Amino acid sequence: MVVTKDDTMEIRVSDHVVLVRQAVRKWSIELGFSLVDQTKMITAASELARNTLDYGKGGTVRLERVEEGMKKGLRLTFEDQGPGIPDLEKALTDGYTTGRGMGMGLSGSKRLVNEFDIATKVGEGTRVTITRWK
Amino acid sequence: MERIPILKMGDFLIVTIQVDMHDRLVTTLQDDLTSMISSHGSHGVLIDISSLDMVDSFIGRMIGNIAGMSRVLDAETVVVGMRPAVAITLVELGLSLDGVRTALDVEKGMILLRASTRRRLTEEDEDGRDEG
Amino acid sequence: MSKNGQGLLEVLKGQESDLLADWIKEQSGVAPRRGASIRESEVRDQCKEFLGLFQSAIRDGGADDIQGPRWGGVRELLSNLSRTRGLQGFSPSETASFVFSLKKPLFTRLGRAHAKDAEGLAEATWSANQLLDSLGLYTTEVHQKAREEVISRQQQEMLELSTPVVKLWEGILALPMIGTLDSARTQVVMESLLQRIVETGSNIAIIDITGVPTVDTLTAQHLLKTVTAARLMGAECIISGIRPQIAQTIVHLGVDLGDVTTKASLADAFAIALERTGRGVRKVRAGS
Repeated sequence: MVVTKDDTMEIRVSDHVVLVRQAVRKWSIELGFSLVDQTKMITAASELARNTLDYGKGGTVRLERVEEGMKKGLRLTFEDQGPGIPDLEKALTDGYTTGRGMGMGLSGSKRLVNEFDIATKVGEGTRVTITRWK
Repeated sequence: MERIPILKMGDFLIVTIQVDMHDRLVTTLQDDLTSMISSHGSHGVLIDISSLDMVDSFIGRMIGNIAGMSRVLDAETVVVGMRPAVAITLVELGLSLDGVRTALDVEKGMILLRASTRRRLTEEDEDGRDEG
Repeated sequence: MSKNGQGLLEVLKGQESDLLADWIKEQSGVAPRRGASIRESEVRDQCKEFLGLFQSAIRDGGADDIQGPRWGGVRELLSNLSRTRGLQGFSPSETASFVFSLKKPLFTRLGRAHAKDAEGLAEATWSANQLLDSLGLYTTEVHQKAREEVISRQQQEMLELSTPVVKLWEGILALPMIGTLDSARTQVVMESLLQRIVETGSNIAIIDITGVPTVDTLTAQHLLKTVTAARLMGAECIISGIRPQIAQTIVHLGVDLGDVTTKASLADAFAIALERTGRGVRKVRAGS
């Protein structure tokens, strides 16, 4: 996989979630995503950015435009140094929530993208990587 | 502070969301709407989301909450103008907003609200009570 | 810069117009099939541009790494050429012959330059050969890529064509689906249905699956998701024409159609749709 463009954004306050959404929208349009794909990616980014803020106590997101053979896509990596997720399996279950959402954050955003990867360690933080191909 | 304006039109309250909503704005809207329903004694709330290009679980929950709270306060909520891409994404996300009434546009939403308040009026008339 | 690159450059320098003529002559031997043809002036321009870019690429970046940034200009020229020729009906090998036909004139000149140095000639020929091979292969790759793009675009167009959304009455749409429903097709079809609902302001959409032989779990779920999405937008879907086998499959698969309205035929669905929009069908005079 080749990264052809990248950028990193802070997620510290709730306004940053809006900025992340706007950046993801811009990048998705540049990549020529269909309207539905754009919306899915923006929504997934919004869910995960809010997770980073609420549960991870703030962090960063890295945006990358990736290419693999003929495929082009957008990869987002959300990273925080928060408390981590003690029970990952439970957190990935529909309807499970400890916060302000509807418990659809992790499990829902997984369904909105093509690739989903999560690494978490209690006391050290969480990293979620999602990719959507055009 | 930034706020989403709420218009009062007769018996109904109308909200048109036209900005990219950050979380505080969502919470404020919820507070403002419930207090206005109660102070005006409104019987219907119409939320136009045709300008929103995404609805995540947070905004989804806000919509569900508003509908639930309005119901308790004796008002009907109709959400209008959800875009196809937004609807597809919401379904994929796992939200179906059960219990929230929907319509294609503001006009059809108003018809729906009028029909439901009319029905309520007739029922109340039959009960021999007056609307005041 | 590599020694080989230097040798190539010396051969190219000062002999361009001569080389160009030989190269073009070489290419005229390769006649494309199916009447695809290119004007000679166009070929001349392309060859001239190639030689220019080729020389400066060797001068700046050596003759080894054609993927490097110095070779960007050459790559771009070749990929444009390859794409256009691909669309004009050239086969991959005909397209690649643009580069390969340069071998003969170039090697002849290398031979002349290294007339008394067999080892040097072998080395120079080998490196030039490798370079031209990789450039030729590059055109083939681009050619194939362009073809694949055409195929995937056509597939997409076919998907969109295969299922039209029709308006039955003011506020009532119908989507007659025919053929096997796979997941990708269902998705495209559903997106266009929802889009049409918005465009026409229709409250009711009838999805008729009379022409669908089988339904798998994924497709059934897509159907359900569409019904839910339409409901979120403020429209109602009716599914009609469910065959007995499909009804059995749906139940066996454990798919819950919940409170989705289903009707046996499109006619029944239409009647219900009229009723729900406050209309009806009336006989105006006694017929047979």
